[in-house]
Amino acid sequence: MFPRPIQQSGPAARLGYQAFLPLALALWHLPLIAVADFSVKPDADFTNGNYWGLPSSFEFVHNYGQVFFNSDMPRYMLNSFLITVPTVIGAIALSAMTGFALGIYKFNGNLLIFFMFIAGNFVPFQILMVPVRDLTVNMNLYDTKTGLVLFHIAFQTGFCTLFMRNFIRQLPFELIEAARVEGVAEWRIFWFVVLPLMRPALAALAVLIFTFIWNDYFWAVVLTQGPDSQPVTAGITAFNSQFRAAYHLMSAGSIVAALPPVLMFFLMQKHFIAGLTLGAVK
Amino acid sequence: MATIATTGDHAREQRNWYKRNEIAATPWLFLIPGVLFFAVYVILPIFQSVWISFHEWDGLGEKTWVGMANYERLLTDDRKFEVSFWNNIRWLFLYLLAIPAGLFIALFLNQTVRGIRIYKSLFFFPFVLSQVVVGLVFSWFYLPREGLLNALLAVVGMGPVNILGNPDLATYGIIAAGLWPQTAYCMILYLTGLNAVNPEQVEAARLDGAKGWNMLWYVILPQLKPATFIAFVVTIIGALRSFDLISVMTNGGPFGSTRVLSFYMFEESLSEFGFRMGYGAAIAVVLFFIMLGFITYFLWSMWRDEKEAR
Repeated sequence: MFPRPIQQSGPAARLGYQAFLPLALALWHLPLIAVADFSVKPDADFTNGNYWGLPSSFEFVHNYGQVFFNSDMPRYMLNSFLITVPTVIGAIALSAMTGFALGIYKFNGNLLIFFMFIAGNFVPFQILMVPVRDLTVNMNLYDTKTGLVLFHIAFQTGFCTLFMRNFIRQLPFELIEAARVEGVAEWRIFWFVVLPLMRPALAALAVLIFTFIWNDYFWAVVLTQGPDSQPVTAGITAFNSQFRAAYHLMSAGSIVAALPPVLMFFLMQKHFIAGLTLGAVK
Repeated sequence: MATIATTGDHAREQRNWYKRNEIAATPWLFLIPGVLFFAVYVILPIFQSVWISFHEWDGLGEKTWVGMANYERLLTDDRKFEVSFWNNIRWLFLYLLAIPAGLFIALFLNQTVRGIRIYKSLFFFPFVLSQVVVGLVFSWFYLPREGLLNALLAVVGMGPVNILGNPDLATYGIIAAGLWPQTAYCMILYLTGLNAVNPEQVEAARLDGAKGWNMLWYVILPQLKPATFIAFVVTIIGALRSFDLISVMTNGGPFGSTRVLSFYMFEESLSEFGFRMGYGAAIAVVLFFIMLGFITYFLWSMWRDEKEAR
């Protein structure tokens, strides 16, 4: 193990290390701690200049109540869910198929198509912006959740294909050969043999794509504009102009907007990290 | 009777064709939906953007062919483009600090004491926050009067500084905000990599007297190469994609000092003074070619690995 385990340096070093950990963590999260502090302060603290001290009264219920009952925030949150969930399902469905095709079969152009998916995944969004916006307007999908979902599915298919294909490559190929010898049809091999084995990959991708799409801002401002279809990342700017300079409410709003992916991460940590670090170990 | 027999034969023949070519035909059937989607929304738009960049276009009416005029203007007399380009270079170099910083935190956390797993996830979780929220959090952190940063500076007798209001500092302030989640990402890559380091090699090197820097440089880092490669890829891509933070924290200001190409492109194409899609597309094409250099290198490395694996 590297670095050398702290236990080997004696109990004093270990205790010192353990005492230093929370300190380092607090330092790392300093900006976030300040915002969490803001979000439970009363308005009066800001007029009195009590910016970073303890709140003079604990206004959690009031501030967060404002966010939920006195703003468009719940609508934006709902939009985010209605954009994120279909995208996750669509991208995973498409890429399970492409990943299967590229991972199992040998044919001319296999690597070429695979690398097209990888390359497309790296391009700057701006090179797609004008044509994609144009296409969405022409399909009468501008400022709709559907327009946003269709683009997200297409773009995420690139990353998901890379992931699925590499995962399928690691499955024992003998299973597929055995099924073929038995005369099982190819699509049945996909559905009954490969798909059940891909569950970890499906779970990892689902949490990753959920986070990526929930956090998207660029495409939200390019393809949508009002509270009818904008997700929360774009909605937060409207929210902030509604509560201009009311830092306690703006902070509470941002924390609410950030919460779903954070929860997703803590609940599905194993899958999330497995997905993110794919390829980090050979 | 005869006709029924023929249709039956016909159907069987079709089935037979599929049966005979099943292994050759199946991958294409599975690829069609994904490839179609990807081609329409990702591959074709790249070429369309290049095409649009040779025109003047407001996004609605007819396009007017202007040849290389957009590029000539861009590269010869556009102050905003120049500022954006140099900011992109700053982003590229400074964003790479996330890699050593992530490695440093990973080494710090790679221990087995009680509760260490919780610490690892808490150190990592800025990465799952959206860039919009990170931007807001840091712009409040930097506030000259209400921000915690200046409160801390005051304790050591410095400040106050208005980071986002100062054209010389604003870009660095935004990059620092971006480094926060990016460092977390690199950290998790290295933690995973460190977990897989071969303990026998480490022990053997220890017996040979290697420790500290030498151990890290000659024994550990070579084994972390795959993690470093991914960290490099995602950091470069992230640096060139920076848009959200700038949009949220300064909206390109003060005095346009924090613009980068991705932001400037958006501004030109969908600005309140009218849509200049052709000019925007030209900026996007330049950004694309900068990225293409890196993309080619990444793909080349991956291609080499694929060839070896075969």
